[in-house]
Formats: sequence, C-alpha cells, structure tokens
Amino acid sequence: MRRLLSLLRETALLMVGQPSYEAYLEHMATSHPDRLPMSRIEFFRDRESTRYGGKGGGRCC
Amino acid sequence: MQGGITRHIPWIVLAIIGFVALLVVAVSREEPISALWIVVAATASFLVAYRYYALYIGRRVMRLDPARPTPAVYRADGLDYVATDRRVLFGHHFAAIAGAGPLVGPVLAAQMGYLPGTLWIIFGVVLAGAVQDFMVLFVSMRRDGRSLGELVRMEMGAVAGTIALVGTFMIMVIILAVLALIVVQALAGSPWGMFTVAATVPLAMLMGVYTRWIRPGRIGEVSLLGLVGLLLAIVYGQNVAASPVWGPLFTFTPVQLCWILVGYGAVAAILPVWLLLAPRDYLSTFLKIGAIAALAVGIVITAPELQMPALTQYIHGGGPVWSGALFPFLFITIACGAVSGFHALIASGTTPKLIATEADAPLIGYGGMLMEAFVAIMALIGASILEPGLYFAMNSPAALTGGSPATAAAAVTAMGFPIAPEVLVQTAKDVGEASIISRTGGAPTLAVAMAEIFSNVVGGPGMKAFWYHFAILFEALFILTAVDAGTRAGRFMLQDLIGMAVPSFRSTESFVPGVVATGLCVAAWGFFLYQGVTDPLGGVNTLWPVFGISNQMLAAIALMLGTVVLFRMKQDRFAWVTVVPTIWLLICTVSAGMLKLFSPDPAVSFVAHARKFSEAAARGEVLAPAASMDAMQQIIFNDWVDAGLCALFLAVVLSLLVFTIRTIIAARQAEAPTTREVFPQAVPAE
Repeated sequence: MRRLLSLLRETALLMVGQPSYEAYLEHMATSHPDRLPMSRIEFFRDRESTRYGGKGGGRCC
Repeated sequence: MQGGITRHIPWIVLAIIGFVALLVVAVSREEPISALWIVVAATASFLVAYRYYALYIGRRVMRLDPARPTPAVYRADGLDYVATDRRVLFGHHFAAIAGAGPLVGPVLAAQMGYLPGTLWIIFGVVLAGAVQDFMVLFVSMRRDGRSLGELVRMEMGAVAGTIALVGTFMIMVIILAVLALIVVQALAGSPWGMFTVAATVPLAMLMGVYTRWIRPGRIGEVSLLGLVGLLLAIVYGQNVAASPVWGPLFTFTPVQLCWILVGYGAVAAILPVWLLLAPRDYLSTFLKIGAIAALAVGIVITAPELQMPALTQYIHGGGPVWSGALFPFLFITIACGAVSGFHALIASGTTPKLIATEADAPLIGYGGMLMEAFVAIMALIGASILEPGLYFAMNSPAALTGGSPATAAAAVTAMGFPIAPEVLVQTAKDVGEASIISRTGGAPTLAVAMAEIFSNVVGGPGMKAFWYHFAILFEALFILTAVDAGTRAGRFMLQDLIGMAVPSFRSTESFVPGVVATGLCVAAWGFFLYQGVTDPLGGVNTLWPVFGISNQMLAAIALMLGTVVLFRMKQDRFAWVTVVPTIWLLICTVSAGMLKLFSPDPAVSFVAHARKFSEAAARGEVLAPAASMDAMQQIIFNDWVDAGLCALFLAVVLSLLVFTIRTIIAARQAEAPTTREVFPQAVPAE
C-alpha cells in the first residue's frame, strides 16, 4: 500500500514535470560525491524553468 | 515456444470476446445497444493488439535490446535524463499526449453515426497511431532522445529537417487557433462558464505565489487548495451568472472573447512561468486525469444506451457539423485518438530521456497511445448517448438552426432527427445555460453528456448544472494551458527558424527577439481564431478539417521517418509495419487536401467557395451569410488564406515523400546498415 502511494505520488509529480528529488540526490551521491547537490527548492525551481522554458515542454492538443 | 499453445488460450478467448462485441456494434440496427459493447470491443482489441502486435514490432521489427543502455542510463544526470519506473513514465507520457483533441474529434465525427468513428479509432490506433508513437519513441531513444526535427535531419538530410520544422510550426499555429476557438464557442454567452474560467487566473496566481514564497515546491498542497477554489468558483458561478450586476459583466460575444484570448495569450506567454502557467498546469493536469478516470467509471456503472444511429445519411457528405463525405474526411476529423502527428513531438521530447530500458518502450509508446484511443472512444460514446436531435441542434451552425428553440427543433426534425422545442429549452435549463442551440465545437456537447453520466452517479438531475460547468471548466482549463505553453513553444520554434537567417534572433535570453517572436506567434493563431469566430458557419466547420489535415500530415512525416530508419537498419522485410499506415495517411490527407483545393462543391473546397463569392461580388451581389460587401471581401480573403495553407501542407508532405523515397533507394543500394544511431560509448556520462 505504501509502495503504491509513493508510486502514485511520483507519477503525479512527473506529470507536471517534477522528477524524483531522491533519485537526483542518489545520482549526485554516486556519480558526483565532490559536488554539492541542489537543495529541494532549487531542484524544484530548476525543473520548473526547464519544463516551461518552451523547449521540451510540449504537450498535445 | 515455451508453454506451447496453452499460454495463448486466454488471449484467444479475449480476441473472440472482442470480435463478438465488435460484431454486435457493427450489425445492430433495430434497437439501441448499450455503450458497453463498444467499451468491450475496444478494450479487448487493444489488449490483444498490445500483446501480439506491439511485442512483435518490438522484438522482430525494431529488435529492442533490453541490455542496451538507454539515454536515461548512459547520460543519467538526475534531471533531464532519469531512468524512471515504467508505470510512472506511462502516466507522464499519457498526461503529455492526451488533451482536447481525442475529446473533440470523436464528438464531431458522431454526425456520421457511432459506427464509422468507432471502427476508425480501433483500427486506426492499432495499425497507425500507436505504431507511429512507438516508432518515434524508438528512433529518438536510440539517438540520445533528440527531437523530431533533428531526427529528420540526421536520417534524411538538412533540407528535409528544415521543411519538417516549418511544417511543425504551421501545425502548431493551427492547433492553437482551433483549441482557442473551442474555448470561445464554449464560453460565449455563458456567464457561469466564463466566470469559473476567469476565476482560474487569479486562483493560479495565488497558487504561484504560494509555491514561490510561502511553501516552495509543495505541489500536492497547493493543488488541493486550488481544487477547493475551483469548486467554489463553479458553485458561486451560478450566483454570479444570475446576478443582474455581475451576470452581464461576464457575458461576452464570440468576437469579444476572441480578443480577450489573444490578449491573454500574449500576456501569459511573457509572464514568469511560476506565476500563472505552472500552477494552472497542476490544476489542469490533475483535473484532466481525474475527469477522464471518472468518465470511464461513470460509463461502466451507468451503461448508457446509444441513441445515435450506427450510421446517418451524412456518410455521403452534406452533414451540418462539418462538410465532406466519410472518405477522406472522417479520417482527418478524428485525428487525436486514432493517429496524431503531434505525438511525434512528445515521443521525441521528454519521454525518451526518461525510459529506463528498451524493454519498456512498447508499454510507453504503443500502450500510451492505446490509452488515448480509449479516451476518444469514451468521447464518442458521450456524443452518441445524447438524443440525436439534441446533438444536431447543438452542433449545427446558427445559419442552419436559426438560433431559437422553435426554429432549431424544426430544422433538426427536418433533417430526420425529431425533437420538440421544449426538450431544447429544458436541456438548457437543466445545465444552467441560456441556450444550448448551435453551441458548436464539441466541448459543450461533451459537457452535456458528462453532466448526464455524472449526475446519474452522483447528485441526480439537480446536480446537472454543476457537472456541466465542471466539464466545461475542465476542458477550458487544459486548453488554456495548452494555448499558453504552445505559444511559448511556438515562440522558440520561430526564434530557431528566424535564427537560421538572422543568428542574433536565436538568443532566448534577450528581450526583443522574444517579444517579437511571441507577438508573431500570437498574431498567427489569432488571425485564424478571428477568422473562425467571425465565420458564419461557426468556424469549427472550416478550421477543424485544416487542423486534421495538418495533424495527419505530421503523422505521415513521422511514419516516413520510421520507414526510412527501418530501411537504413536493413530491416526491409518488416518495413510494411510503417509503410502501410504511411500510405493510408498519404491517401487520406492528400485527397482531403486536394478536395479542399479543387472540389467543385463550395461547401468542401476553399477555392470553389472563394470563386463563388468573388463572382457574386463582381455582380455587386451580397451572398448570405455575409451581410455587406466588406464581409464578402473578408470571406474571399479567408478562403484564399486557408487554400494557401492547404497547398503549403501538401507541398511539405509531398517534398518529404520525395526525400523519403530518395533515402530509401540509397539505403537499399548500401551493403550495410546506414542508420545513424548514437551509441552509448560515444557519449561520456554526466
């Protein structure tokens, strides 16, 4: 049940262009331990500007 | 074959069930049948098609390799390239492809009866639409997740790439115009609807402020708050509409609404995204998914009967909703839902950068499109459960219905769909509108159907007005989001295109090129919107076919790209998978485009219509529906613009066909595969 809820939450967030912050932290920890990852809020703003920046933010009719 | 034949038995049973249901849908003529037959036929067909055809394409045609790293793996950056759970990605992809298109097209197509639309959606999606989405996803996934324009350039050359980009921009303009037109038709003369939609602007801004400063990034919270605001807006919209002071303030004519939308589009596309676009996107996305799910549940629970005949006399042409005969015009009227070229932009957008393994591609690419087809099926059911007389009174242009219940009932009854004027009055009263006559564009029709279904489940007849305005709001909300986001995307496309000639124009940071490109983009769709709004035939009649032709042509382009890639992979013997739908789409779109140019019937051809009006103008005559010589000139000018547009689309698709054939010949002469995939080793991980 818990797993299902977290999947649903993740789906809803990705639908509006917000990938998982936890996955991002994990990636930074394994691939770039030397760099400081963005905070949750910086990450949110970064994804927001990417989605609506015009490029790649397509959706259908 | 491990397990032998036994593992196929459930699928064979499912196929038989689907076939029987399809047979019932196809041959029933005497008594109205339950809508569930269509649901069962579609569901069974889609499952069987997925299990056999999608996996066949994946394994044999594309030779997907689950071991081969995808861009999300070898370029992983935690941001754009993220290996994502396939269920989560399916939701993301579906939310990106499904919009107003699959809801509106089938409603308009219902003028021919429910059967042609049902068959085209089922067979179209299985053999063309889902194949296209899947193929483009595959091609992009193997090439670093690049966009359609770049893919065409890589596989077919720079000229072909540029032609595809210009075509894409024009299609975008038409889509935005037609979507905006639907909103105009749904909100004109409806203060209740107008108030609720207008309320979303300050509501979204409050949400934007909340996510910016009060609780940054809390999308769940802010969406719930927004939803409460939306429901309050719908509830109190009734009082606003009834108020002698506020009611008239929210009552607009179509022309006024057109200017409001153009102004809105221009301003919204320049505002910071966090203020309006992003928060409204949350609302519209979640509401869209919720409403679609609710509609599915509602149809299954209430199992409504189909009132529309299986076929109407309009399969031979002459229908009031849109002109033209079944072939080729049905196949361009239902674009989204059966096959939609616009999906090629999404399947080569964010999705290929998120896919975790090639083994997930069939579910996302093929399965996602099947899901959209299911939405189209529900919209078709919605239109078909209404009394045909009501459907035609709502969807025939005012020039035919005369606008009043008495004239409309008489006109529709004369078409062979008897209805009493009292029913039209009562229906309008039930849904809380002043009138439902000639509310073209599909959205109001679907809203009446949704109100019917929802009120049967929750609230009874007293809730109909609430549900009607809920449905209008849900459609208007995501159309406005699409208009806003589309104007932005169009702006960048235009900057890219102009940048080819004037490099300094490309800078996305500087102010002037951005404003100029936005202005041009808004002016372009605004022009077609104004033309549609002032069109006495209701606009949808003229613009929807142009939209359909352009969208299907983009699909043909995407499928031609897929064909080229298969030949360059030396998979010639499997190329029929994309060649067959390509040829079908070329036949439909080229013949529809040609008819729009050269048919002698002024109801079908823009050129014949322009000639008819030019000749009358030369005689000093004013033809209805024009009221003055100026209006005559306007109509003639519009006709020539539309004809020019059709000619341009034909030129785009035919020139790309030449490039396709040339590339295929070259690929066949080559000894080894010539395809230009991007290999993981070539790109260092981020």
